[in-house]
Amino acid sequence: MSDSGAIANDIEIDESRRKFLTAAASATAAVGVAVTLVPFVESWTPSERARALGAPVTVDITKLELGQMILATWRKQVIYIVRRDKALVDALPKNDADLKDPKSADSDQPAYAKNEMRSRRVDVLVLIGICTHLGCLPKQFFDPGDPVLGASWPGGFRCPCHGSRFDLAGRVFNGSPAPTNLRIPPYSFSTENTLVIGLDGGDAAGAA
Amino acid sequence: MAGNDKAGGAVVPQGGFWGWLNYRLPVAAFWRSQASEYYAPKNFNVWYYFGSLALLVLVMQLVTGIFLTMFYKVGEATAFDSVEYIMREVKYGWLLRYLHSTGASAFFLVIYLHMFRGIMYGSYKAPRELLWLFGMIIYLALMAEAFMGYVLPWGNMSFWAATVIINLFGTIPAIGPGLVEWIRGDYGIADATLNRFFSLHVVAVPLVLLLLVVLHLVALHEVGSNNPDGVDIKKKKDDKGVPLDGIPFHPYYTVKDLFGTGVFLTLFAAVVFFVPTFGDLFLEKANFGPADPLSTPDPISPSWYFTPYYAILRAVPNQRMGALLMLIAVSAFFFLPWLDRSPVKSVRYRGWIYKTFLGLFAVSFLALMYLGMQPAQGVYVTLSRVFAVPYFAFFVLMPFYSRIDPVKPVPERVTYHG
Repeated sequence: MSDSGAIANDIEIDESRRKFLTAAASATAAVGVAVTLVPFVESWTPSERARALGAPVTVDITKLELGQMILATWRKQVIYIVRRDKALVDALPKNDADLKDPKSADSDQPAYAKNEMRSRRVDVLVLIGICTHLGCLPKQFFDPGDPVLGASWPGGFRCPCHGSRFDLAGRVFNGSPAPTNLRIPPYSFSTENTLVIGLDGGDAAGAA
Repeated sequence: MAGNDKAGGAVVPQGGFWGWLNYRLPVAAFWRSQASEYYAPKNFNVWYYFGSLALLVLVMQLVTGIFLTMFYKVGEATAFDSVEYIMREVKYGWLLRYLHSTGASAFFLVIYLHMFRGIMYGSYKAPRELLWLFGMIIYLALMAEAFMGYVLPWGNMSFWAATVIINLFGTIPAIGPGLVEWIRGDYGIADATLNRFFSLHVVAVPLVLLLLVVLHLVALHEVGSNNPDGVDIKKKKDDKGVPLDGIPFHPYYTVKDLFGTGVFLTLFAAVVFFVPTFGDLFLEKANFGPADPLSTPDPISPSWYFTPYYAILRAVPNQRMGALLMLIAVSAFFFLPWLDRSPVKSVRYRGWIYKTFLGLFAVSFLALMYLGMQPAQGVYVTLSRVFAVPYFAFFVLMPFYSRIDPVKPVPERVTYHG
């Protein structure tokens, strides 16, 4: 035993070589740890089942009457679908002065809905019915001059939680706690009266 | 020398099972160094109960939590019903649940008082910075633990609290929306979210909490406790090296803490048995209905221990700035050891400037707590903005006012006040 001790003492230790090997081994281990993290982190992303259930939803709007709203669910989110009167849409620009984001510059919508009426078509409004403030569901107040909201009310939505108000294009009024307009999901029409929510269609960039 | 002599000259019990055991495991040595010959300042006052009480509540939460897990069924379809099953059909299930839900609120009450004690007596100052940091990480872990536990009953308030809190991460620029989806594991709060929160609440965070509590205690026993005078008792020792102002933790403080435990448990039991919902503060009415993604409870407000920060969040018209300010409000405590430039530790020897700022801070914290429970409109928002100012001023201006504060001379030895 004492021999091996004596041998070790005779050998000159190359400290820089040792340091290099230690650093190289540590770096390799660090890469290994980082790569090993991937499956754990990825396991938290929506599962295949959740993704499949998050597929586009088709809604038949043949029976949707003027001034009526129906609800659909897409990706666990409530979707408001409203058939709007053209006269009310034509009146939308009058709200601009009272809006936080009239041009929807800071709001979340597909490019084809980034317009004054915030929709592909004049008559159909599609919105994610989740208040951009803290996530409550705004209620419909479509009648202009609604007794609750006063004579100047142009028609739209009001959130029951903190009183955020939105017009008939889902644009938020000044004085509301909500920061941005109601979000708009990707959607398209496969036929005149078949709405596909969750699918941009072939023309994601331009309005129809 | 006898056979039981060990390196380092430590005295080891001789003979019998006790000697056999201690030769292999340092039970006696540990007890001596951490309790019977661990010297704590002899001038502790009522504020020094809350550390041991926090430990008591932690144990209580672990035990009741383990038993609740035996009956709770995680999952979107089963969670709410299983909690009702616990409440109505499991023998004493109601008691287990009320102990656990009341325990959550008691935990924060005790921790807030414990933190205020630390601030008041400058316990975060050198050499206890690391001790303070461990404590603050425990506080953050506790907030995560409480939030995720609140989601598990899958009541409607659970669902919408999860929605609002997770959406806060969405305000982070660029990565926000992706991060929110990653946390939820679905496009909305769903089964996946509930399951991972269960795992984190029951396994991951408690493990982290236990580790942090051990680190907190090891750091405490390494540097020793501060005291209401902020005097370093290790400076004056007798010829045996025992601090003149120190008394052994056992039996003096074990007995004192037992008394505190008795008083605490009496009050705690009164809440559990007579007012477990505590007027909608500990358990909210809306949470006695199942989660409904199509209906938001009105009004929506988080648990009382989060409301000071919630008030700050809502006080800012810009959502992203509000979330950022809330984050700063929570994390400001971390920086106290370096913000405080005063030569004295305890509020007893600080001047009127510090006392004014501390008083305003305490009042603001309580006022914001109240305002965070009120609807986010009108005068409540205005007042939230008003009280946010002294709250932040306490931290931001501390490097300046703590330096010019007219301090009083600190005595050499600890003192008694009644």
